[in-house]
Amino acid sequence: MQKIHSPADVAKVTEECQAAFARQKIRFLVCAGTGCIAGGSMQVYEEFKRLISERGINVDVNLLFEGQESEAGAATSGCHGFCQMGPLVRVDPQGTFYTKVKVKDVAEIITATFDENTVVERLLYEGDDKEKAITEHDVPFYNRQTRIVLGGCGTIDPEDIREYFSVEGYKALADIFENYTPEEVIDIVKESGLRGRGGGGFPAGRKWEAGLKAKATPKYVVCNGDEGDPGAFMDRSVLEANPQSVIEGMTIAAYCIGAEFGVVYVRAEYPLAVKRLLKAIDQAKEYGVLGKNIMGTGFNFDIDVFQGAGAFVCGESTALTLSIEGKRGMPRVAPRPRTTEVGLYDKPTLLNNVKTFAYVPDIIRKGAKWFKSIGTENSSGTAVFALTGNIVNSGLIEVPMGIKLREIIYDIGGGIPKGGEFKAVQTGGPSGGCLPTSLLDTEIDFDSLDKVGSIMGSGGMVVMDQRTCMVDVAKYFLQFTEEESCGQCVPCRLGTKQLLEILKDICKGKGKEEDIELLTELSNSVHGGSVCGLGQTAANPILTTLRYFKSEYEAHIFEKRCPAGVCKELISYRIDEEKCKGCTLCAKACPVDAISGEKKQVHVIDQSLCIQCGVCMEKCPKKFSAVECVSPKIPVTQKEKTEVS
Amino acid sequence: MEERLNAILEPYRGKKDSLIPILQKVQKELGYLPEEAMLEIARVTGVAESRVYGVATFYAQFYFARRGKNQTKVCSGTACHVKGAARLRDALERELGIPCGTTSEDYEHTLETVACVGSCALAPVVVFNDEVHGQVETGKIDKILANSKE
Repeated sequence: MQKIHSPADVAKVTEECQAAFARQKIRFLVCAGTGCIAGGSMQVYEEFKRLISERGINVDVNLLFEGQESEAGAATSGCHGFCQMGPLVRVDPQGTFYTKVKVKDVAEIITATFDENTVVERLLYEGDDKEKAITEHDVPFYNRQTRIVLGGCGTIDPEDIREYFSVEGYKALADIFENYTPEEVIDIVKESGLRGRGGGGFPAGRKWEAGLKAKATPKYVVCNGDEGDPGAFMDRSVLEANPQSVIEGMTIAAYCIGAEFGVVYVRAEYPLAVKRLLKAIDQAKEYGVLGKNIMGTGFNFDIDVFQGAGAFVCGESTALTLSIEGKRGMPRVAPRPRTTEVGLYDKPTLLNNVKTFAYVPDIIRKGAKWFKSIGTENSSGTAVFALTGNIVNSGLIEVPMGIKLREIIYDIGGGIPKGGEFKAVQTGGPSGGCLPTSLLDTEIDFDSLDKVGSIMGSGGMVVMDQRTCMVDVAKYFLQFTEEESCGQCVPCRLGTKQLLEILKDICKGKGKEEDIELLTELSNSVHGGSVCGLGQTAANPILTTLRYFKSEYEAHIFEKRCPAGVCKELISYRIDEEKCKGCTLCAKACPVDAISGEKKQVHVIDQSLCIQCGVCMEKCPKKFSAVECVSPKIPVTQKEKTEVS
Repeated sequence: MEERLNAILEPYRGKKDSLIPILQKVQKELGYLPEEAMLEIARVTGVAESRVYGVATFYAQFYFARRGKNQTKVCSGTACHVKGAARLRDALERELGIPCGTTSEDYEHTLETVACVGSCALAPVVVFNDEVHGQVETGKIDKILANSKE
């Protein structure tokens, strides 16, 4: 290992790392993101190592650095993004991209690569057109993306800093030490148009400038990785896949404002991110790019990792800093000074999202103009989304700002599965809104989403099909915010509770005519009477569903009908006499024995016993599809009533 | 318990701003935060008992009662919700015979929902004893629970 004693040393280390990795002729890169690990990717990785070693090939990366050549090796990477097709394996340098790889497939991949110089066809991605994709570039999910912040995700091993050096890691930091004053770096960030990626979209350069101008010392740099939005995992993936980019970004920020200490606040639910981050910090210190006397310049900056304890509101900057101080995470009451003036331990604190920091090294290396050339006039660069829900290709994507929702959902996401119909897309988590088909051509950036009642948020994008009930979705989000409200503002604490109660009633068929107006009025009060973003935006899911899907509310209230067939109190299951073949599968599966019928005879559901669990519909063989969900409810017959009593 | 507690708390004597990491460490060691432990934390750090309690109850991660040997968490993130997490939760309640958010009387099982675990592409997700299971159907529940700890 060569410790870095001056900014000029970085180029040498980069060269050394590139040369060492080039000595390995073939590399099997196995995705070790959380999704693929759940699918068994670590066993796949072990199998690659075992089988390659069995051929007498050295798989130890360290030996490459001692000058030894190697025929092949295996490594793990962070999330490739296409989680649904995992475990994913890429063979470099060819770039062959294998999906859904199991342990038993590994031998075949190795034989094909080494002995036959072919690919294993059956493990390649196959699109609708039945064309096999050899590399990621041939997969529609990838080839329409622009990956900057996710650039290192799935290409480098997050647990080895030498891989980060090999892709010009820490070159930006070395460059600013040698060539730029803090003011000049801030000018570059300003010029790039980078806006905070946590959701608010505040111009990063202006925030950094305020941090530099703040008089008090010491100053802190805080990275917000408290990704609390349900349905979002962008920050998690960046931290797990390329932690060094976040560390380098934070260090550049620290140099700009003159901070010596930083904290990364990570959700407790992300143990793997914490582990990789801690390892990355240790390695960065060993190489002298973090800690005391960085690159021999005399500049000191150290980073600590703080694990959150499960409170959504801590994503708000003032709540987050209080949480680090060991207090309850309750946002400071307005009017209040900015966090850049009074933040952590009441000192000037520069707080940005994980992705915001991760963009910075690239912006410095490639220039503000390059970044500005991507995206729209007022929102430059790319947006990272966690594309999930009722969609064919779910996973993590990075696209230029200004892309249309339609392109994301149909071209990248592959549309709605199983012949379903698109109904809505939810962006921005509990603070965002649900957008209908008519808005699919909206070009998305910070401002356009705001205009249609939703927000960019930190990047959750959940697609919903016709089987999703929009009233239920609003209820779902209110349940979340009601639980997560910290309680200090009365309109938020009690308002969300009342909103939730009204929505629950509507879903139960107890909705009243005046409820729609009441929901709107109360939503506005919660918005106006709350001090932080949580309360101010809590009603967005209600307001947007009312705006775009009012007829669904009306069906629930006036017809006691749930058009999507979701709200249990408004639906019944029944068996179609024509279609039922009497296979008895549903009767056997019914947890409350509500289904009667002999073998090969039509089965009947006793509506007085049925709990609407839907198991019968799930169990009924596809070729029969005899069970259907109907709304409004089928009344319980007199006969059933007597039988129960 | 006292010894284990002291070993954790000793480095934090008088440190008021490390309350959350302390609570996390104590819970990791003991499985939950019993009253005696909370009082001891207050004594050692010099933070008022009421504040230790106030902070601990503010965060969803902390538990104040003994938990089951096996822990089942149903993810209730948006993607999981849209893909039928509520039905999974109901099925687990029936299978384990306990309402969600509780522990069985014999302390064999705890069932709860959790906010997003960040594995949305695999929705719906169930985390059983820290292992993530993706694309779970109600019919697969037996298989997951079959790996229960004795």
